[in-house]
Parts: sequence; C-alpha cells; structure tokens
Amino acid sequence: MIINHPLLGPRDASEFTYLGDASLINRPDWQAEDAAEAFYEYGYLRDNPAGEHQELWYHEAGDRSWLVVTRDTTTHEISKVELARDVARARGRSK
Amino acid sequence: MTQSNRLSGGQIDRNTTVNFQFDNHNYTAHPGDTLGSALLANDVRLIGRSFKYHRPRGLLTAGSEEPNGIVELRSGNRQEPNTRATTTEMFDGLEAQSQNRWPSLKFDALGVNDLFSNFLSAGFYYKTFMWPAAFWEKVYEPIIRRAAGLGSLSMEADPDEYDKGFRHCDLLIIGAGPSGLMAALTAGRAGADVILADEDFRFGGRLNSETFSVGDQSSSDWAEQAVAELSSMPNVRLMARTTVIGAFDHGIYGAVERTGDHVATLPAGKPRQILWRIYTKKALLCAGSTERPIAFENNDRPGIMMASALRTYANRFAATASQRVAIFTNNDDGHRTAADLHAKGVHVCAVIDVREDAPVNYDYEVLSGAQVVNTKGRLGLTFVEVALPDGSTRTLECGALGVSGGWNPNVHLTCHQRGRPVWNDDLAAFVPGPNLPVGLTVAGAANGVMSTQGALQSGAEAAAAALELSVAQPVLPEAEDAPIAQKPFWYVEGCKRAWLDQQNDVTVKDVKLSYQEGFRSVEHLKRYTTLGMATDQGKTSNISALAIMAEVAGKSIPETGTTIFRPPYTPVPISTFAGRMKGQEFHPTRLTPSHYWAKERDAVFVEVGNWLRAQWFPLPGETHWRESVDREVRQTRASVGVCDCTTLGKIDVQGADAADFLNRVYANGFAKLPVGKTRYGLMLREDGMVMDDGTAARLAEDHFVVTTTTANAVNVYRHMEFVRQCLFPDMDVQLISTTESWAQYAVAGPNSRKLLQKIVDPEFDISNHAFPFMGCGNITVCGGLRARLFRISFSGELAFEIAVPSRHGDALMRRLMAEGEEFDVVPYGTEALGVMRIEKGHAAGNELNGTTTALNLGLGKMVSKKKDSIGSTLSEREALVEPDVLRLVGIKPVSPEEKVTAGGHLMNTTGPVDAAHDQGYVTSAAYSPILNSNIGLGLLKDGANRMGEKMRLVSPLTDLTVEVEIVSAHFVDPEGERLRA
Repeated sequence: MIINHPLLGPRDASEFTYLGDASLINRPDWQAEDAAEAFYEYGYLRDNPAGEHQELWYHEAGDRSWLVVTRDTTTHEISKVELARDVARARGRSK
Repeated sequence: MTQSNRLSGGQIDRNTTVNFQFDNHNYTAHPGDTLGSALLANDVRLIGRSFKYHRPRGLLTAGSEEPNGIVELRSGNRQEPNTRATTTEMFDGLEAQSQNRWPSLKFDALGVNDLFSNFLSAGFYYKTFMWPAAFWEKVYEPIIRRAAGLGSLSMEADPDEYDKGFRHCDLLIIGAGPSGLMAALTAGRAGADVILADEDFRFGGRLNSETFSVGDQSSSDWAEQAVAELSSMPNVRLMARTTVIGAFDHGIYGAVERTGDHVATLPAGKPRQILWRIYTKKALLCAGSTERPIAFENNDRPGIMMASALRTYANRFAATASQRVAIFTNNDDGHRTAADLHAKGVHVCAVIDVREDAPVNYDYEVLSGAQVVNTKGRLGLTFVEVALPDGSTRTLECGALGVSGGWNPNVHLTCHQRGRPVWNDDLAAFVPGPNLPVGLTVAGAANGVMSTQGALQSGAEAAAAALELSVAQPVLPEAEDAPIAQKPFWYVEGCKRAWLDQQNDVTVKDVKLSYQEGFRSVEHLKRYTTLGMATDQGKTSNISALAIMAEVAGKSIPETGTTIFRPPYTPVPISTFAGRMKGQEFHPTRLTPSHYWAKERDAVFVEVGNWLRAQWFPLPGETHWRESVDREVRQTRASVGVCDCTTLGKIDVQGADAADFLNRVYANGFAKLPVGKTRYGLMLREDGMVMDDGTAARLAEDHFVVTTTTANAVNVYRHMEFVRQCLFPDMDVQLISTTESWAQYAVAGPNSRKLLQKIVDPEFDISNHAFPFMGCGNITVCGGLRARLFRISFSGELAFEIAVPSRHGDALMRRLMAEGEEFDVVPYGTEALGVMRIEKGHAAGNELNGTTTALNLGLGKMVSKKKDSIGSTLSEREALVEPDVLRLVGIKPVSPEEKVTAGGHLMNTTGPVDAAHDQGYVTSAAYSPILNSNIGLGLLKDGANRMGEKMRLVSPLTDLTVEVEIVSAHFVDPEGERLRA
C-alpha cells in the first residue's frame, strides 16, 4: 500500500504503524456526568464498516506525523489523507 | 552419451557442449537448453514418481506450469527440492536427482500404492486414518509424512545470500511474448520508464517456439531484434529470469529475479535471488496462455505431453521426446504441432482429432472424430489405443503423444485482488474479468487474443492506452492471424484412471466422487481432492476439473466458478522472502556506547528488544552466574556499583505547555514539580491499565526529560505523539526521542556520591544538602564535559544516574572504573539490577504486564483525581477496584533455600489446587544475597491485608509445591533511609 502523506508525498505503508479507527480522536470529557459510560464506548466500541473507513496511521519510520487515512476496507482504495492534528482541530479539540 | 533425440535448428549454442548429471548419470547438453529439454534430447523420458501412487512420470510441459517434472537440484547444503526441470536453465556441472522414489526411479517400492488405488481415492486421508485417535500422532502421521511429500530437504542452512530491492516505473510489462515486446517497444519509443519482466531466460515467449514469420523475419528473429532495440533504450529495463509473483495494492508488484540459479558457482557477494518490490504507475499483463490437456485412460505415462510443449522442444530446443509421435487434439493448434514435428523429421504416426471435420493433411494421417481411449508402456509410452468413429479401435506405436485441449489465458494476476475471471464461450476458457487491480490492463493471449497478429496489436494499443499516448495507428509487422477453431472437449467418456492433476494424483473419478460425497463448492473440491494444490497450483488441471464438476452438477462452468488465485504465481523459496533478514541480521542489533568496554570485561550479554545489555560480569574463577550476580549485588550495596542504563527510553519534552502535557500522559501530577527535581511517573493506557513507568526530570520551566522502560521506549513515544497531535493539538509542546543521544549510567551504593565527586567538576555541589534525593540538573564532568545528573534510585541505595553525550559514554565508563578503584567499584549487569529492584519491591516489566492497574501495584494513590489524565476514568471501573483485587506482595519461602518460581501460583495452605481456588501468582523471583534467601514478588488477592500469612506456592508444570510467607514487597530498607543518605 502507498499512503499519500500530505507533507511528504507518497510513502510506502511499511513506514507506518496502524492504530485503528479515527474515532479515537474523539476522547470524551472526563468531567461529564456520563464520563464512565462515554469512556467505555470510546475505548471499546468500534464500527466495522465494509467500505469507507477513517483510520489513524503513524509515520513512525518517517516524520512522526499521525495521519487520518480514509480507506475503503473492501478495496484498500485511499481517498483522503489528512494530518490528524488538523482533523482533531476541525473536530473541536484544542488543549 | 549421445543426444539421440536432438533435432536440427533451435536456439541452442551447439558450439558449446556442457555436462550435467541426472540421478548420477552423465549427459551432455548445450547452453540454451533447460534441464527438461536436455533430458529429452538424451532420450530420458522418465523423470519422477507421482505423489500418491508413485506412478512413473515424465515432463508434461515446457514451462513454469509443469506438474510432473520436478527434481532436486544441486547437492549438499545447496540441495533444492521441487525444482521444475522445464524452467531450470542448463549450465556446465548441473546436478539433478529425481524425487519421491525408493530405492530407484525405475523400481519404486511404493509403486505398490498404484495397485491399491481404490483405497486411495479422494479424501482417503480423511476416511482411512480416522481411528483410534491415539494412533494419529504415533502411527498415522509418521507413515503419511514419510510416504507423502515430494522432494527432501538438505536439513542444512542455505549458504547463499538473497536480497531485496525496490524499483519504480511508469509501466511494468509482465511477460515478453509478442504482446509484451510490442507493448515495450511502443512505450519505450515514447520515452516512458518501462520495466519488461519475463520468467524465462530468453525473451520472446511463444515467438521462440513457433515457425511462422513476423514481418519478413522468423518469429524468434523478430523477438531478438525487438530485444536488441529495447536494450538500446536507456528508459527501458529488461528483467529476464524474473517472475512477477503478485499484484498488490496501489500498483505495487512483487517479483523474484533468479540472479544466480543459472550458474554453477555464484560470484562472491552476489545474491542467488532478489525479491523486488516494483512501484508502478501502470502495469500491463502480457502473461500469455497455457495449453490444457484432455483427460483419458492412463494419460500420465512418460512421453504424453502437451502438444505445444512438444512444439517448443522441437522448435526452440531442437529436442524431441521420441522419434515417433502422435497428436491428440480438439483444435487446430494441435495440427500445428504435428506439422512442425513433421518438418523437423520426426515421424508423426497420426493426428487424432475429436472433431469430425478435422483439417486434412497429406504428410501424415489424420483420424477425424477419433479419441484416445488407453495407452501402454510401464516406464514410458509405447502404444496408444484409439477409438475410431466407426466403433473400431486402432493401436499406434509411438513414444510421445502431444495432447491439446485448447488454451487458458493466464489470468492469475488479474485475480490477486479478488477480481473474478469471466467465461468466454468462443475460447471455452476464463478471461480477465472487469475488476482488475487498479492500474492493470491485460493484452495478448492473457486477454484471450490468441493470434500473433492480435497479440502484437493489443500489446501496442494497451501500452498506448495505459500511458495515454496520442500516437497514430501503430506500425505493426504482419503475422499469423488464424481464428480459433476448437470443440470444447475435456475428457474421454468412460475413462476411470484419467489424470487431471498429475502433481497431486487427482483423476476424473476423484472429482466425480468428491461431488457425489457432497463437496459442491469448487473450494471444497480443491481441499477434499487436493486438486490444484502444491507447486504448480493446478495451472494445467483446474479448468478441466471445473468442467467435469460442472457437468456432474448439471451446471455451466461459469456457474461452477473458479477457486481464488493467490500470490505467488510460481513457488518462491522462503530464503527469498527472508532476504538478508536471517540469523544475526533478523533484526538490527543495538549496542550501547560502552558495549566494547563491557566485552573487554567478559560480560555476558542478553537481548533486550533490539539491544544487547550486559547481564553480568564474570570474574576469573567464577563458575556459576549466581556467583557473579551475588557479588555484584553485595559490592554495590556495600560500596558502589555502576550499571549501563543507556537503553532506557529518553524523551525530551519542551514547550510552554510541557508540564500540562505530562499531566495528561501521566496518572500523577507534574504541574507543581519544581525545576531541578525529578518525579516518578506512572503512565496508564486509556483502559486504566498500567502502560509504563519512568521518571520525568524538570530541567527548566518548559523543559522535561522523560525516561521510559527499555522495552516500551518506542510504544511510549508513539503514544505521547498520539496524545500531542490527536488529542491536544493546540498544546505548545514538542517531543523528540533522545535515547541514542545520551549514554546513561546508574551509579549506586553508599559510596556513589564519593565516586561521582571525583569526576563532577568542583563548581557543582552534589552534597546531600545541595543535591537531595530526586534532584536533577545540568552539570559538567571531567573538566567541562556537558552532562546531566539525576539523583534517582532503582536499587534502593543512595544512587545517581549520570548522562553524557553518547560519544563520551565509553570514556566515562572507563573513568568511573578507574576513579572507583579506591572504593572497590563493581560494574553490574541486568541480573544484579533485577535482584536489587526485587529486594526493593520496585515493579518492572514482569509486573507491568498489561493486565495490572496502579491499584494492583500498590500505586493506586498516584492516580490523581484532580486532573484529566489518560486512563484515570476507566481505572475506576467496578471490577478493577473491588476490595479483594490483586495486590503486589513480597514472597519468602519458609525455608530460605527453597526456590520461588516466577509464574507459580499462590494457593491457600489447605484446599484444592485448581484454577477456582487460585489466589494469585508470582511475577518475579530472585535469590537475595543480602537476605540469604530466595525471594519473590507476586500479585495476591487482597494481598495488602494478608501480610504474614502462610501459603502454598505451586507450579503444576514443574511439580513444585513450596511453603511461603506473604511479606511486604520492600525487603530491603523499607523506610527509604539509604535513598536519602
């Protein structure tokens, strides 16, 4: 597989480490009333789509960027690659 | 011996004669031969014995699809089993042995299996070796293992080197037959970066096997001229002897180049094979097609071959299997073989064509509407029995029979990403389907274009289309453009022992039987009968078997479907996949800066991840590792010891939000840690389990140095980057791994300060008052050398860790040893380190095993509830905080000499010993030379409240039961007075 790194261009997948569903960016608020339930869902419940999937890849043998890769799980077609930091900010994460 | 079956012509170098051996007989051949063609030229038809029935077998084909002609090549540690004689390039001194026969090829004792064939039909392993169950391991399996299997292994390490490489191109063309060569010419002339790969050592594909012309040249001359033109183009790379084995995601292809298989002795330093990863913008499959057989009674005798193979051997290799041949065909292509053999002076007894309207020929007899119903010849074909349309039979005396059942496009690579081929009625074959790997197109016979003219044209057009070239109609040479004329015909009615898959001894009867027994899916058929398995993967047999299965099921062939094609296209040695990653080179070995110093001291090393760490330092006279380790512990605790801890992960954390950031990744607080102080940090996973521990030293308001355990250095760094980039993207914090930048040494023991004072520059006060426990700072040593000093202790003694830039690590270690002589300083290794941390009750890797919480380790109070940190919420899950959860305890045997076994389980003194009564387990164990007792650490239910309790330590695996006492985990200096001294 080849991942088109937004900063470095196309890189072989062997340079990357896979983590999983990009929903891991959506870490719940620890002070919310339902924090325990929310963290349980965050930690353990994942969708398993046959088709488009947003997932986290880490350029471990490269520039150490975390990326959000949108990949079709049935064809491995990669339709989008973004810096995870940009995605996190777009999802409202800050400090 | 003379080459009695050598014909005229061919693309062999008759000016050179080479010698080779088969089953210890000497023969001669010429460069350009394969082992297969050379054996035929020397009138050797019998090459091996079959897998199950041990029937005599010869060559079936002239290519990589060969099921029968597999041999062991070379000898000694270079012996290579299951190598196809049909693709083995001849060289002087080649040695080959036949396989799967005992005591000899001509008399094989297990040939008796053939007489019991009724009992060895489809699924016979499953049916026969069913009971008693106890017989499986001791009786059945050893018998099957000995009788089955093909070649044998040398049982020695392969001495040759294998390599891996990477290549890039605009267009990869797979196969250098007419379509591939024409595609390469088109793309190369247009200036594209082209790789043309072919498994053969000679480019040209079928062009080398045919007698017709291309333009005004013979087809092989045209191929040679095309190759010459391509060789002159700097943008074209020709890869001969290179099999493209798989089509992978995003235009990546795997290829195996046999760089050294065709020479007697590899040049020094050269690899035998190279596994290439080829990155392509576009790829074009020009893999051609494979002729398929027709099944009839006893169709597996040596001498019965594919008709196209006979033609290849005659035209390209100037060899024939016999001077008397017959052809059995359902199509016009079979007649082409007869004509070519006749032209070479081989006697064609007859062409047996199943069609009533077979083409007529006046040079030899054509039997229209006829079928081969049986053959004779124990070790090689002697007679063919033919049923004529009028019901009579005729016997032909011949030594070779060419069989042609039509051609199957080589669609394999088009299916490597789950694409399915589609049925083409005109060809009676599968052709590539619509779902090809992205970027791949198909041309020539692989795409069902069977004429030479069609192949040239489709190659040119496909290359132009792939590269989006706007060239006018390509100029093509004139070539043969015959239409396909055939009548689908799979097997002769009424045959019983008619082989489909000769490599796995699967017959027409087996396929029918398997269907009757309920194996209706082709995938089940394959597993039950083993059809299409092993080294040839059914390249000659799959389609015929499908056709028969479809017939039995009353379905069409496309409804029956195919099995899935998977890489590799042809077998690849494990050595090739391993490349250079074997033995010591399996993974990188990381050495610390003082490694060679430790080697001089005869250190025994242990692998920790990729690192080599000194485990202990034996002195002359010490015969047991315990003597060395006990001494290192005693001397450190009595005076001073030095341990290399460079391998600990080191992460530099800088930025205005550095303290906030550490507050998130560590369960305990860091916001209030003053500059010049170090704090133990406990890192949790988000699920509440302990991930790692280490220390964080605050060197400035916005600068921390964090350590991790050796084993988790990579994971912790990755995790911290995840937290920084994905969870808190606006924090002003930067991370960098500095593990390799600093050499770090623990200096531990009551005299550690005195030793360090000898090397720390005098302007830095490291007295207890000025540099207290958990202090840290930038200092200089040895007259101005930059260093970092941390007053932290893993051993429980007064201790420091000192770090210097890596290049000074070796010198610092030597200086510490020299300056420490007056204190009787001792270097200690990881064993002594482990003993001392167990004595002190520090958790380490054995305790941080991924299933323990802070509470389990007695560190529950460290998890701050006043801030957001990774894992704090889920660490409070109900089951993790129940009153009787496992707690870290110390374990001491009642008799000090009794062994404590890590992994042993703790049971109450009375009651059953079983999982239901399990109370906990031992995580770490050591002999303490300070307490003169074996000791251990363990996790025990409600352990904190069970101090002083007697328990049984059991290890059912090693039949061990020891009476132990539960004690505090802090065996030495529980109050921590030494630390602060």
